[in-house]
Amino acid sequence: MDASGVSSADGIMEEPHVLAVDDNLIDRKLVEKLLRNSSCKVTTAENGLRALEYLGLGDDRQSSVTDNASKVNMIITDYCMPGMTGYELLKKIKESSNMKDVPVVIVSSENVPTRINKCLEEGAKMFMLKPLKYSDVKKLRCQLMQCRG
Amino acid sequence: MERNLHKQLGNMKKSLFDQGYLDEQFIQLEELQDEANPNFVEEVVTLYYRDSARLIQNIEQTLENNPLDFAKLDNYMHQFKGSSCSIGAKKLKNECTQFREHCKTGNGDGCKRTFQQLKKEYAALKKKLEHYFQVP
Repeated sequence: MDASGVSSADGIMEEPHVLAVDDNLIDRKLVEKLLRNSSCKVTTAENGLRALEYLGLGDDRQSSVTDNASKVNMIITDYCMPGMTGYELLKKIKESSNMKDVPVVIVSSENVPTRINKCLEEGAKMFMLKPLKYSDVKKLRCQLMQCRG
Repeated sequence: MERNLHKQLGNMKKSLFDQGYLDEQFIQLEELQDEANPNFVEEVVTLYYRDSARLIQNIEQTLENNPLDFAKLDNYMHQFKGSSCSIGAKKLKNECTQFREHCKTGNGDGCKRTFQQLKKEYAALKKKLEHYFQVP
């Protein structure tokens, strides 16, 4: 069993691995720093397709030979992205047998109730407004601990 | 001597906030800065100006089309607004919102007017931040 994302004896996640998906370069840099400062391992992806490829859920059958998926403890994705929206990415993740239990958090710069409900109904763990703050990441960490506990 | 520089920096920052150029998000950026990344804020701002220059150019070009593609304009502005918001650029954020309102109502003149104002604010903030980062 590899060392990343493994919980210690008392069930507290040492260094969760988060996959952060956002097409905006600045936001990717920010979320990465926020998470790293909060003792998370971070992988970023600039769109839904790349995220799926990383998780081994891409269309290219070769990419399914990966154990990246087993290391990821949480996925944070922007809602508005060209090509595949965060909602569509969420659906794909929930459809997959080995990733469906990984918490997915949707973030957006826009507070649209129908959008929020749609995502929560599809199984998103949380919906948060951008730009994220330390207090938001703290909330997320708590969520993660609950998941594993 | 060092105390004077500190004060200078503090005053500059205060005026940037008082004049509405920056908001709380800029403080969040500063809180992310640490020993591992001592120039984080400057890096992000530099990245922002580089990345958004492209967007500004795209918007400029798209505004020259006839008829105007409001969906395209709105899309560009959505991205620009997002980045501006993330660095705490308060005035810019407001100009972006106004621009997007004009897109919704198909107000081409409104878009062009707001964009001119936006470019002014964009350049002004850039100068102020360059000055701010120059203080050691």
